Amino acid sequence: MVVLSERAAVRRLHDRLGFGPRPGDLDRGFAETRDRLLGGGGPDAGAAATPMPEIGPPPGKPGKNADQAEKQQARKQVQAQAAQAAGWWLDRMAAADVASVERLTWFWHGHFATSEQKVRSPRLMLAQNRTQREHALGSFTDLARAMVVDPAMLLWLDGSSNKAGKPNENLAREFMELFTLGVGHYSEDDVREAARALTGWSAKRDTDGAQLIAKRHDDGVKKILGASGDFDAQSFADLVLGRPESASFVAGRVWFRLVSAAPPPADALNRLVAAYGSRRDIRALLRAVTDEPAFRDSATSLVKQPVEWLAGLLRALGVRPGKLDDKTRAQLLTGLRGMGQVPFQPPSVGGWAAGGAWLTTSAGVARLHLAQLVAGHADLGAVTKARDKAAAIGDLLGVDAWSDRTRAALASVAGNVRQLSTVAACAPEYAVSG
Amino acid sequence: MTIVQQVNRRRFLTATGVTAAAALAAGATQVDWGHLMSAAGENPLDPDAGVLVVVTLYGGNDGLNTVVPASDSAYLNARSELAYQPEEVLDLGEGLGLNPGMKGFKSLWDGGQLAVLRGVGYPKPDHSHFRSMAIWQTASPETSVPTGWLGRWLDATGDDPLRAVSVDPVLPPMLAGERTAAASLPVGGLKLPEGALGKAFEDLGAAQPGEGFWQARAARSVNDLHRAVRTLGGSEKDKGKTQPRKGELAAQLDVVAGLIEAGVPTRVYSVSLGGFDTHADERGTQQRLLTELDGALAPFAQRLAKSDRGKQATVLVYSEFGRRVTANASQGTDHGTAGPVLVLGPKVKGGFHGAEPSLTDLDDGDLKLTTDFRDVYASLVEDVLGTDAGKVLPGHSGRMTGLFT
Repeated sequence: MVVLSERAAVRRLHDRLGFGPRPGDLDRGFAETRDRLLGGGGPDAGAAATPMPEIGPPPGKPGKNADQAEKQQARKQVQAQAAQAAGWWLDRMAAADVASVERLTWFWHGHFATSEQKVRSPRLMLAQNRTQREHALGSFTDLARAMVVDPAMLLWLDGSSNKAGKPNENLAREFMELFTLGVGHYSEDDVREAARALTGWSAKRDTDGAQLIAKRHDDGVKKILGASGDFDAQSFADLVLGRPESASFVAGRVWFRLVSAAPPPADALNRLVAAYGSRRDIRALLRAVTDEPAFRDSATSLVKQPVEWLAGLLRALGVRPGKLDDKTRAQLLTGLRGMGQVPFQPPSVGGWAAGGAWLTTSAGVARLHLAQLVAGHADLGAVTKARDKAAAIGDLLGVDAWSDRTRAALASVAGNVRQLSTVAACAPEYAVSG
Repeated sequence: MTIVQQVNRRRFLTATGVTAAAALAAGATQVDWGHLMSAAGENPLDPDAGVLVVVTLYGGNDGLNTVVPASDSAYLNARSELAYQPEEVLDLGEGLGLNPGMKGFKSLWDGGQLAVLRGVGYPKPDHSHFRSMAIWQTASPETSVPTGWLGRWLDATGDDPLRAVSVDPVLPPMLAGERTAAASLPVGGLKLPEGALGKAFEDLGAAQPGEGFWQARAARSVNDLHRAVRTLGGSEKDKGKTQPRKGELAAQLDVVAGLIEAGVPTRVYSVSLGGFDTHADERGTQQRLLTELDGALAPFAQRLAKSDRGKQATVLVYSEFGRRVTANASQGTDHGTAGPVLVLGPKVKGGFHGAEPSLTDLDDGDLKLTTDFRDVYASLVEDVLGTDAGKVLPGHSGRMTGLFT
């Protein structure tokens, strides 16, 4: 195993627990950086300066007799709200001083993957985002309990139409399969019984919270995962979270996204699960992850997801989506769409792809165009002044070292710093978190 | 509520660990791809070579409301408001009819170009979208394998990734082999800058000795991109912007039809339509989706019928599972098992294939399969792609007989 240098390990901390380093971030040590990223979350001026926008309720659903123009108008309005929400989040990712909160919120968004495409209420998507941020580094139990009755989640997985009598299984199944336990740790009967526990909840696009409608709830005895009782949403969540398989499943998902596509070795998994503990402490789990030797192994590299790559680039080059005009901000989202990833629009409840799935020919074109767009708005004064321009852009981006191949490519555009920074952003050394 | 999900769903990638990159883990030797490409340009696809177009319906399409047993009282009783009445469906005979949204499919049926394969599934069905889609895409029901069925076909038949093309931004696991992965092509075409910037970007594709796995893979993807642009880039250039907006699937199939007609050396295409995860208010949503499918595929089939190369194409339409027979309380259905697979094209022997699963002899509320999906794949590999299916489906001896004329 090739162990990363201290500086590269600090860069990796920023990549995996944040969105990559900002200029100057790599001058601090590993322990200090980790404490800062996983700290208690004191006031964050950058985050505070980018408050969540007040997005009104979505337009009312056009009636059955509405004409095409009316429907089109309503669709456009929701799209505009969705773009506002996604644009805001990108801006927050770029603006936050301690990026770990946004990074973990992003992680949980991919984990409890809920899509605006079906929820059709950007306001409820933002409300879910706020809840995920609140628990991002807290207790997974609290997070899971909040998610199982989250209005956007209920609309997304049909929890809102789950009624006693003929339950709708969608939320119950995905909650166990994808959110808390993993496939193989529950049976089809468990899915059917768990669906009964989740009956009765209701969420509406134009109101804020979710509510339990007692007469739709099945209050009979359910037998789930070997336990019998009158389970409801919260006691069902507690039951599932209490299963030993849940801890290793959640630790495995964190590992998959933050460390490596290869599962953790058994002894490492044991250490992670011990740190996570019965309180399901996410912060402690993350700390344990960074203590693992694999975290400093050069082989455990990850392909940056498009949003991670873009947020990192915005931070490194000091570009703030919130300060760009509407058209340019829309182009950022179009670029992300071309790369296959837009915030609040995961392709399915399974979340986004990983690894080589992002390294397609089409994503490569979109990446290049997006890099050009960002470079066009960046302050590249430091690079312009530098003698070794390739090294200067490498410093800005926090790249450990350029390969000879990339150096040669950069040298050929060194006379034009915008082109230089475009090529640097597309280099394998930056597209991948090494 | 309706389901308006994005059409390109690559939902299961994370769950399965099957990715294009896994494909290259075994140290893909850099065969001389450049030579292969230019050879392909000089020597385009043999007009007699079969072409396979795979249409994946993500979300678990309800087969019983696609090929509808509308005259079966067990069906009508199990679904009350969700069921179609006999007079609503497009009659195919044998008590079955197509969903009313599938008028183009009905014309293909009448022309003898649509094969309806009934009750297709696999033993011990998994009700997870992700596991089940992984099973369909890897064609390995019992054990997880890191390669897709068409990825193994790529492995078995050469090293040129352009022999399979995905018209999706993300590569489906089906197209990832051990050594070779398919290329992907965006609907809008591939446009790259020219001049110094374009050249520098291209230079990023050079292999760098000693580079880490993913970095090497990233460099290779840049290299692949430039080769793909050279071979395919021109065909759809600047298209799309001036055209009236169609559904995403129709746009994908437009690209595919253009490539087939142009004679690019591609034998397999992959396109997809998502949104079939209909647990609530299913009838309207599914009919809208099937109408979109129909509106994309029927003109595609008509267009292909006009060229010699197009006549060699066969289309496969499948989903990860069907739905439970009985509706739930929200006028939807939950995850089920076997469902119909549709195969169409001029070479296909139209009509029903395989037995219709019983609606009364169920397995815990689910249909029992009558046809193993691997039998279907085996026939496509042998009869369309001309490759011994044993190389793609090792250890599986079943075949779907009589699927082609």
